[in-house]
Amino acid sequence: MTLATEILGYARTDGRKGIRNLIVVAYLVECAHHVALEIAYPFRERGVHLIGFGGCYPNEYADRMMRQLCTHPNVGGVLLVSLGCESFDRRGLARAVRDSGRPVETLVIQEEGGTRKTVGQGRAWIESTLAALEATLRQPIGIDELVVGTICGGSDATSGLTANPAIGRAFDLLVAQGAAAIFEETGELIGCEHIMAARASNEALGGVLLAAVEKAARYYTVLGHGSFAPGNADGGLTTQEEKSMGAYSKSGSSHISGLIKPGDVPTTGGLYLLDVVPDGEVRFGFPNINDNAEIAELIACGSHLILFSTGRGSVVGSAISPVIKVCANPETFQRMGDDMDVNAGRILDGTATLDEVGREIYDLTVATAQGSQTASESLGHQEFVLTYKSFDPIGPACLPLPAQAGV
Amino acid sequence: MESDAMNDDRLLLLSSADNVCVAIQTIERGSSLAIGGDLLQVEERIPLGFKVAARDIAVSETIIKYGAPIGSATRAISTGSMVHVHNMKSDYLPTYKPKVHARHDPRD
Repeated sequence: MTLATEILGYARTDGRKGIRNLIVVAYLVECAHHVALEIAYPFRERGVHLIGFGGCYPNEYADRMMRQLCTHPNVGGVLLVSLGCESFDRRGLARAVRDSGRPVETLVIQEEGGTRKTVGQGRAWIESTLAALEATLRQPIGIDELVVGTICGGSDATSGLTANPAIGRAFDLLVAQGAAAIFEETGELIGCEHIMAARASNEALGGVLLAAVEKAARYYTVLGHGSFAPGNADGGLTTQEEKSMGAYSKSGSSHISGLIKPGDVPTTGGLYLLDVVPDGEVRFGFPNINDNAEIAELIACGSHLILFSTGRGSVVGSAISPVIKVCANPETFQRMGDDMDVNAGRILDGTATLDEVGREIYDLTVATAQGSQTASESLGHQEFVLTYKSFDPIGPACLPLPAQAGV
Repeated sequence: MESDAMNDDRLLLLSSADNVCVAIQTIERGSSLAIGGDLLQVEERIPLGFKVAARDIAVSETIIKYGAPIGSATRAISTGSMVHVHNMKSDYLPTYKPKVHARHDPRD
């Protein structure tokens, strides 16, 4: 690694390293959302992000998501805000954060004495913790320690021509250097499952990949609606399988090393498919109610940053991990350039090649890991959403054997 | 990007197996378009990214883009015509499609 690409990460006790050192304020039920927001808002430009779970009923998936997010390598400290009577296991979450060596505080609004007192307590804790975080040990972090997720949102017919295959090239560069790269949305792979399964690093995994897409097709059929929004058709995409082929190209051309589910952290470098469609009968509605629900899952799998492809023009970022926006459509870039990090539409007018834009995305991934702000970060975007879901644990065929590491 | 020598520079044939091309810039109605060795008058505006039949396509024929099937024709489509929700359909998840497509036919 040359000096120019050296990244200094924030060392965590589990061996992972962060590229940001944030405080997360987490509400544990919607009833605590406003108080948590009031605590976090004055610090929004000082690395304090708001996340939370709105439901009052318990849910194993949400519990695991919150644990993984609160112990994400980009997170240095956690403030939990509970109303007091919700069923979320706040003690278990606080213990998990404490065991990870991070500062953690739990404020229970009913015990603190209401909104004003809790907001005051919370802001005071953040002030002192921000100062303490400056002492976090920094260590060089290699490309092979990075986890990078990708998603497309607001896709149109240019997405599959420019931004998605360019992200695929960047993924190939990252995987070749030992990074873990995660692509997702099995419902957006309907129609290309056989091509994808042929890229699995072994036959058993190929079967797992096929089954995941079949599950997604079943799930969406019950719901009566695929992962296809009206804007997709306005943008020239006609069918789910056409959208799928475009979305699939984000995965690049590496072998697929494994299949993970929300909250599973890749065990080695390589390319992973994140299965976002719940297991079992259809219970809680749409698998992901919007793009940010998927981004939160990619981050719960350890993604240090997210490569986001958009054609119609999405403006979102995320809590916890920086989002790099790759704009597929040159006309959209003209209109919304401030929200974009990369103009992949240059591929259409012949002023850049797929390889060049792929390299640009890779270079920007490194620069972002080194601390430079993405467009959505500088605009203050910190979207976050978490809903109810249910998953079975992944089976033994899903993860690469140690001998296959880095395949 | 490479484009097929038989076709206009504004069209991209993603795979030699494809029966549709993609407009890599918006093509205005009435302009002439070279496609498959023919020179045609464009009968409708073809926005950036939309699909154009690279040859005559029969009803029920599979539409191929990226070298992969992306659905099938619901009516005969002549060379140079736009290919979209009005003349092709998904071969998956047919239940949700009519609602979405009826509301968002870009010809409206």
